[in-house]
Amino acid sequence: MIRWFRVQVLMIDYTLASMARRKARNLGLLLVYAAILFVLASVTLFTGALREEAVRALVGAPEVTVQRMVMGRHALIDRDGLEALRAIRGVQWAEGRLWGYFYDTANGANYTMIVPSGGIVPSGGREAVAYGAPPEPGFVRIGGGVARSRGVAPGDWLFLLNPQGRLFKLRVEAVFPSASELVSADLVVLSEADFRAFHTLPEGVFTDLALGVRNPREITTIVEKAALVLPDCRFITRRDILRTYDALFDWREGILLALMGGAILAFMILAWDKASGQSPEERREIGILKAIGWETGEVIRARLWESALVSLFAFLAGYLLAYLHVFFFSAGLLRPVLQGWAVLYPEIHLTPRIDGARVLTLFLLTVGPYVAATLVPIWRAAVVDPDTVMR
Amino acid sequence: MIFQPAILALLLASLLTTLALGGGAVFGARVLRHWDPTNGAASQLRLERGTYLTSTLVGFALAVQGVALVLFVFNADRMASQFVGAMCAAGTLRVNGFGMPALTLRIGVFFAACLWLALDHLDSQGYDYPLIRVKYALLLAVLPLALAAAGLELAYFLNLRADVVTSCCSRLFTPANAGIGGDLAALDPALALGLLFGGLTLLLSLGTLLVTRGPGRGNWVAWTYSGANVVTFVLGMAGVISVVSPYVYENPNHHCPFCLLKPEYGFIGYALHGPLFAATAAGLAVGPLAWGRHFPSLRTVSPRLFRRMALLSMGACALFGMVSGAIILRSGLVLFP
Repeated sequence: MIRWFRVQVLMIDYTLASMARRKARNLGLLLVYAAILFVLASVTLFTGALREEAVRALVGAPEVTVQRMVMGRHALIDRDGLEALRAIRGVQWAEGRLWGYFYDTANGANYTMIVPSGGIVPSGGREAVAYGAPPEPGFVRIGGGVARSRGVAPGDWLFLLNPQGRLFKLRVEAVFPSASELVSADLVVLSEADFRAFHTLPEGVFTDLALGVRNPREITTIVEKAALVLPDCRFITRRDILRTYDALFDWREGILLALMGGAILAFMILAWDKASGQSPEERREIGILKAIGWETGEVIRARLWESALVSLFAFLAGYLLAYLHVFFFSAGLLRPVLQGWAVLYPEIHLTPRIDGARVLTLFLLTVGPYVAATLVPIWRAAVVDPDTVMR
Repeated sequence: MIFQPAILALLLASLLTTLALGGGAVFGARVLRHWDPTNGAASQLRLERGTYLTSTLVGFALAVQGVALVLFVFNADRMASQFVGAMCAAGTLRVNGFGMPALTLRIGVFFAACLWLALDHLDSQGYDYPLIRVKYALLLAVLPLALAAAGLELAYFLNLRADVVTSCCSRLFTPANAGIGGDLAALDPALALGLLFGGLTLLLSLGTLLVTRGPGRGNWVAWTYSGANVVTFVLGMAGVISVVSPYVYENPNHHCPFCLLKPEYGFIGYALHGPLFAATAAGLAVGPLAWGRHFPSLRTVSPRLFRRMALLSMGACALFGMVSGAIILRSGLVLFP
């Protein structure tokens, strides 16, 4: 076994020396290979990190959200529904939530307006930022995106025209820290009285209801019971949302990778071409190796080592660059494609994470085709007669 | 669901493996028909040169299969969150009827490719390629297996539907469940433990006999050793399901062999399954490698190779036994008061 390792080390040594003799060609190939890997690795790292952020953001979400539907559209729900849900055995707590969207004509942005119930807004895993208790009437807490867009800071006035054209003058109490921006960028947190007045909502109605369930295994049963009590409502569990996010991000990533299949194919053709188009010096080198006693199998092995080393360097370089691109430069090249766009888009800093399955996936998608494309040219070069090439 | 990155990678791996093995099999058919070492014609020379390409292609297919096998299980586990009822790879593989057969065939192709490469290595050591017809006949037999594995995998991925309610591993590997999973979970722990360690001890004894005394007349010790490896693989898997897994989970009713691969159990499944697979792959090759000594050109190289392979198989087997033993000793579960 030790002898085998020594032979492999010598083989690598020879391969590296041989590659160094054809610097320009190998560097060119390495650059293209690393560039392909950089793009693919950026896609997988970025979608993986976005999925993680989404999962973290849902940690504080209620087990079950109840929404009333009228003509297939989300409608307001009244207090009677809340009381009916509280009566179901196994429901730990139930509360009415007030939230909605508001289109601000001043800057063309959409805000999420919310009345907190003391829950938390997870902040992309770094630290949990509390909504806190509802602000006093006349005060608001806003997200970083709103503050930037309207040019306001804590202590300033925020002027908002409600949909009926009535002006609301609200004092900015605080701006949510940037660490929570993924979920708080477009937030305007206000008191229940201000919310109802702003949206001209009557007392006793809510946007939706949130349920807490003591035993997670009972969620399905509780949803079944609740559906009998409130037949005109839909019930969304946290697991449903997580499952949808998982499938959605995987699908987006897969579509992007499939579209890049053309680039991988082009690279395979390039690798095939490079491996086939040997210079006379290379052919002579193989001839000399065989003349001094190397077997065809050993020449093939040396060439395979060349493929393996090029793949290794390209993989490490591409992956490292992608890592820096995604986690230190917030994936500037990919964000518009995978994340979407909006006036108040959050400035997010993703949490670095490497997933073994994604590394294996990337390895199969890039190294597999590259090595496959070089196999036949390597064999063709290795089986030549020494006297033919040396003459 | 086909546009999932890991699924795309696995389908690509299947395509590359099928192309590599298909190319090798086409060449194999030509070898079986036209191989004649006494013939000095150019066609014979082309065939001799072609054997190098086939060896490289099958080696490549094996490497891709190895990585794809790990990714297949790893991805099935990761996708469990997307199916109602699934808790680990067992649930994902049961979303439709193609998952488990695809995994089983993938494992079969992996072992067959390992066996072929061992034969090929032995054959290439002889100046007259004495095993060439045998190994290409074997390659022709492996191809349908590889095609079936690729077909089942494609069918499995094409029929993955998120709205299907699947069952979790606690329903699959439970004594109340009919089927092999339930039967293995219902196996008496003392009997399973006895079979597991008894089988390992017998195999190691047989291996020691083989290495010290040789393969015997008619190669029977070596063939028996190869056969015993298959039996030990089955006993090993049965032991993992019926008795080792509960010790890992410290729960007498949890028998899933897939949950062992999860990070919350320290990926211990890889330390268990890895040596068992390595032991079986190496052990399967021992019989054919020892048989090679009957050919004059392989008389010196065959004993060296089969001994090395037997030692590798025994080492991996011992490692599997030690990991299993360590799990049982360190666990807080008491099955035998």
